[in-house]
Amino acid sequence: MAFDMSKRSSYFLISPMALIFAIFLVVPLLTIVIVSFWDYDEYRILPDFIFENYSYLLGSSVTWKIYLNTFKYAALTWGFTLLIGFTVAYFLAFHVRSLTWQIVLFMVCTIPFWTSNIIRMISWIPFLGRNGLLNSALMGLGIVDQPLEFLLFSDFAVVLADVHLYTLFMVVPIFNSMMRIDRSLIEAARDAGASGFETLRQVIVPLSKPGIAIGSIFVITVVMGDFITVRLMSGGQSASVGLQISNEIGVLQYPAAAASAVVLLITVLLIVTALLRMVDIRKEL
Amino acid sequence: MKGNGAIELIAVSKHYGSTIAVKSINLKIPAGAYCCLIGPSGCGKTTTLRMIAGHEVISEGDLLIGNRNVTELPPVKRGTAMMFQNYALFPHMTCMENVAFGLRMQGVAAPERTERAKEMLARVHMEKFADRKPDQLSGGQQQRIALARALITQPSVLLLDEPLSALDPFLRARMRDELRRLQQELGITFVHVTHAQDEALALSDIVVVMEDGVIRQQGTPEEIFNKPRSRFIANFMGGQNIFKGTVSESSPAGTLLGRGPDSFLLPGYGNATTGEDLEFTIRTDLISLGEQAPGDAKNGQIPVEITTVEYLGLWVRIVATTDDGKEITLMKTESEFRQAPVRRKEKFIAYWKPEHAHVLA
Repeated sequence: MAFDMSKRSSYFLISPMALIFAIFLVVPLLTIVIVSFWDYDEYRILPDFIFENYSYLLGSSVTWKIYLNTFKYAALTWGFTLLIGFTVAYFLAFHVRSLTWQIVLFMVCTIPFWTSNIIRMISWIPFLGRNGLLNSALMGLGIVDQPLEFLLFSDFAVVLADVHLYTLFMVVPIFNSMMRIDRSLIEAARDAGASGFETLRQVIVPLSKPGIAIGSIFVITVVMGDFITVRLMSGGQSASVGLQISNEIGVLQYPAAAASAVVLLITVLLIVTALLRMVDIRKEL
Repeated sequence: MKGNGAIELIAVSKHYGSTIAVKSINLKIPAGAYCCLIGPSGCGKTTTLRMIAGHEVISEGDLLIGNRNVTELPPVKRGTAMMFQNYALFPHMTCMENVAFGLRMQGVAAPERTERAKEMLARVHMEKFADRKPDQLSGGQQQRIALARALITQPSVLLLDEPLSALDPFLRARMRDELRRLQQELGITFVHVTHAQDEALALSDIVVVMEDGVIRQQGTPEEIFNKPRSRFIANFMGGQNIFKGTVSESSPAGTLLGRGPDSFLLPGYGNATTGEDLEFTIRTDLISLGEQAPGDAKNGQIPVEITTVEYLGLWVRIVATTDDGKEITLMKTESEFRQAPVRRKEKFIAYWKPEHAHVLA
């Protein structure tokens, strides 16, 4: 009896969370999945059950090119944010001794987040443009005699903006992992004759892995679904999966957009699963 | 790296900004000795250990290990190894990997280091746990792994930071025996920081008592326990009652404190001046209770009332209060107590043989 009661009350206690998940996650997701099987023409969507959206999507070479391009952005952004994020987190966790300074510098890292993504992206344009600050400076210094074209409206610009936007997503979880590393482990490594680099390789990196995994999930999922950075920073010259979906919505091809979204979701979930297979993040939660 | 493990600290100090943690201490530990640094928390014992280990920079002074000045050298070049208080085992490595870590850092090839790590695991009776991760082990087992990891590089000095404090009392006694056995087998110098007197007395060849960043007394456990140099050491090591009196007569044959029937004799203590206050100690087990003091305990007696009788198994602890409110403690073996039981509120004469008195500086 008591068991029954406690079971019922547990269900009761989880119901608000379940309700929120149902309304804001399960229902929209199911809608997208359902709509992805619908038909459409120029100005209508028609309830149906067809596989044409998927067969067209997966059969088109454009899709594969776009995916390849998106993977390229994700991989490059991941690589750079990991490198920068790990370094910043390492500096904060192990070289800044006082807690006050750790907090201050950590706050400094978050300052860019006080403005919106779009503003931060747009602010690159006058800096990187053909007649922008950087090109003027380089030409003024006589380092180049023609403006560098690759700086803006290019893959370089997209990755640069992504790195700028998302590095903090790497810093935070890695820093968190590092703060959990018992400082005596580092002394123990030194005591056993490990150099600074060996301590990093044998002790700090392995123990920061959960943070690295969480940061990687953040960065990769965000970049995989991004469309605004790609649109703004590539000047419409590159595409990503997110941008493709956004364009399809723009021309009211909802079923096609839904199918794209489902495929993207599956792709991202596969990546996340692979990451979780490699690293046990439960200790961090 | 297996050199001579003699340690010498010459005027070694440690400052943190304006605070001084260790004040110009001098200490010689012969090779192969078991030395315990003991003192209340904040006395500088751990800082001293960490300076010997090379994990704390020595602000002033020199550190010699095996007659080599190692003041500026990193831990591994000193021939020391440290066992950390919380063991500091690498949580992501198996016991085998933990133990072999030092060899790996030395560049020893995998087959050899596995072989040597196995031997070391066997030495601490942990060979069955080679593939476990530290979090799958009990506290005592973790400690053995930490010990094996520290010893794998064949250091000439092993430094132990409160190694037994995290263990339950039963395990603590067992690990204590094991530490002593291991030290004797290996013949290397052990320096052990502790705040537990029983540990220091049981393990050490040399006990070093520290307070406020200085060494208050160093010597064999018997010396420290029986002949504490100051009130602080007598209180800290325990087992002593401290009495006080004003010198009324002093000659090379001895000194007399106070006058009349309550006077105390300190035989053999001659360098006192009349009128100065002196403190002396009597061990808790060397005080007796009776209706009156026997002839040889004249000048070593005081009337008391029993306030507490505590049965401790092998021992019975008796607390008695003198007329002026001072508490003295007596330890009687259970059989002694049974021959002459006392009860609360009973009045007795507490007495001792004057030659058992030890004068404090």
